[in-house]
Amino acid sequence: MHNFRVLVVDDETDFLETLVKRLNKRMLDAKGVESGEAAVDLLKREVFDVVVLDVKMPGGMDGIETLREIKHIQPLAEVLLLTGHASVETSIEGMKLGAFDYLLKPMKFDDLLMKMAHAFEKKSSHDKKIRDAKIHELTRYPSRVFDDE
Amino acid sequence: MKHALYNKLRFKLISITVAVSIGPLLLLGFALYYQFSNLYKERIEDQILHLARSQSSAVDVFLRERTSILGMIVETQSFEDLSKQENLSRLFWQINRRAEGLGLVDLGIIDRDGNQLAYAGPYNLKGLNYYQQPWFDEVLRRGKYISDVFMGFRQVPHVIIAVKGACDTNCWILRATIDSEIFNRLVRSAQVGTAGDAYIVNRDGIFQTGPRFEGVILGPSNITPQQFGEGTMVLEKKQGGGDTRYVGGTWLKEGEWLLVISQIAGQEAGWLSRVRNTATLIIVTGCLLIIIAIVLISNTLVRHLEETDLQMNELNAQLIQQDKLAALGKMAAGIAHEINNPLAVIGEKAGWMEDLLSEEEFKTSENYKEFATSISKIEEHVDRARKITHNMLGFARRMEPRLDDVDVNRVLEQTIDILSNHANINDIDIRKKFAGQLPVIASDQSQLQQVFMNLINNSIDAIGSDGMIEIETALDKDHITASIKDDGPGMPESIKKKIFDPFFTTKDTGKGTGLGLSISYSIVEKLGGRITVEGSQGKGTTFVVSLPVVLPEKK
Repeated sequence: MHNFRVLVVDDETDFLETLVKRLNKRMLDAKGVESGEAAVDLLKREVFDVVVLDVKMPGGMDGIETLREIKHIQPLAEVLLLTGHASVETSIEGMKLGAFDYLLKPMKFDDLLMKMAHAFEKKSSHDKKIRDAKIHELTRYPSRVFDDE
Repeated sequence: MKHALYNKLRFKLISITVAVSIGPLLLLGFALYYQFSNLYKERIEDQILHLARSQSSAVDVFLRERTSILGMIVETQSFEDLSKQENLSRLFWQINRRAEGLGLVDLGIIDRDGNQLAYAGPYNLKGLNYYQQPWFDEVLRRGKYISDVFMGFRQVPHVIIAVKGACDTNCWILRATIDSEIFNRLVRSAQVGTAGDAYIVNRDGIFQTGPRFEGVILGPSNITPQQFGEGTMVLEKKQGGGDTRYVGGTWLKEGEWLLVISQIAGQEAGWLSRVRNTATLIIVTGCLLIIIAIVLISNTLVRHLEETDLQMNELNAQLIQQDKLAALGKMAAGIAHEINNPLAVIGEKAGWMEDLLSEEEFKTSENYKEFATSISKIEEHVDRARKITHNMLGFARRMEPRLDDVDVNRVLEQTIDILSNHANINDIDIRKKFAGQLPVIASDQSQLQQVFMNLINNSIDAIGSDGMIEIETALDKDHITASIKDDGPGMPESIKKKIFDPFFTTKDTGKGTGLGLSISYSIVEKLGGRITVEGSQGKGTTFVVSLPVVLPEKK
């Protein structure tokens, strides 16, 4: 498994901290924030491959709103939804908004890891396609390397 | 007990309807019969009155006519002429020759001293003195006299008519004997029918004409003439045998005689009783028909009511079940959600400990194994708790079912495939009896699969080992039914009532959440169908899932 950057968003501090520690222990670069707002702030500054997002958070932005923002700031970041109650409707809405998958809390850690790995795979292949396209474009029109960014 | 209630209702229904329908019918019948018999009586009375009047006037006319003829003779002939025997004889001969029907038997001329001066007739009565006769005075006083009937020498009933001749001081009398057989015949002609009688009695009740029954002329009758007032009147006399004798009487001959007409109603009442019998037959038949119809209708009605009540009860039970499910679902969801978060924390913490434990330095530690077992136990039980809360949430899920094109046979086939291994291990034979052509319906495939999985799993658990499960599908009008029948131990009525309740389970603690059947129940309900359970203790159990045939929309 490749190492990748993970952002965990959950208002339950104990859960958040432990999860981040465990992910770090598995050689993933994981960070945790306790609210949607904090997540949005951080995403504006740093790039993450996978975001694990609790859809039910009291006060402030809820999971769906945060998801919208995330997809706005970093469209390529894959989002895994964690849901405390089985509101499949919320999850379906999340999936429609571009979330990769969802998990029911409490989930098995191995399931989480597996889905994260899948999400990252998808993201990598996506990235690769973009890179290939860019390379293809650059080999044809080298001057475009100065165009933007 | 409930049955007794329906029986009571039926009885009430029948008795009230019978009372209100047969009562008026009987009343009408009796009223009509009463009116009819009254009419009949009136008719008989009318008949008698009419007869009595006409006959009495005929007799009166008869007497008056003869009195008039005698009166005419004394007015036109002088005493001197008539008192000569040859003159009177000639007159007598002339009258009889001219008017035979007059019934004139003899004629006599009597002077003021009562001596019969001349006599014409078959007997030698000349020279008889009538002075002592009671009527002699009356003739002189009133001018005329008609006697009662008496037997003459020939043993034939006669009457005497006497009139006074025109005079100042030397008054004389013309006396005639009339054969009363002529008016006897007149009266007899009113003896109608086989029981009708007609006769004349005088003021003392002595027969003046021969009656048809009971009695002879000049004999006493059982009539009390004083009972009859002026004019014509009808009396009723009850007789033995239910017959009624109607007796009508009219006074005639200036109130001296009474013409009596009598008729027994019984004779013609045979006809009346026939009418009564016919009416009774019609009424009885009518009543019987009404009673039969009422009993049949009431029975149908009550049976219908019973059925409706039963359906209502079932519906109520279903509604209560749904209410229970909804309330419990809400509660379960709330609890599950509250428990999930701490559960997640516990799980993660244990995981973290497990992660740390795998580091080299702990591996050599004395109690490493103990820690490792404890942590894995914690994780195992978090997992168990997780399954429970997820089940509870699944139960509370109010998700609209997603409609796919579902082939019920195929869904069952797949489910059986998944479970066949489990069944084989326990020596359970699953037999399939699928209907050949089931329509593809719009339903939720995965939810249906969950239901079937649940039911078949339950059957396997119920049998334990070595048994048979029979799975059958059928198309019943607008429903597809899938029945899952096991030959397990079955269940008593008390358990059967509760099996769809959430958290009710007969399995050992930790093996069942008691949510499977209630989830299945709400799923099938949402899909528009029903689950029912059949069977009793010792006879196995059959679950029947019936789903509406809703054809998928054409895409």
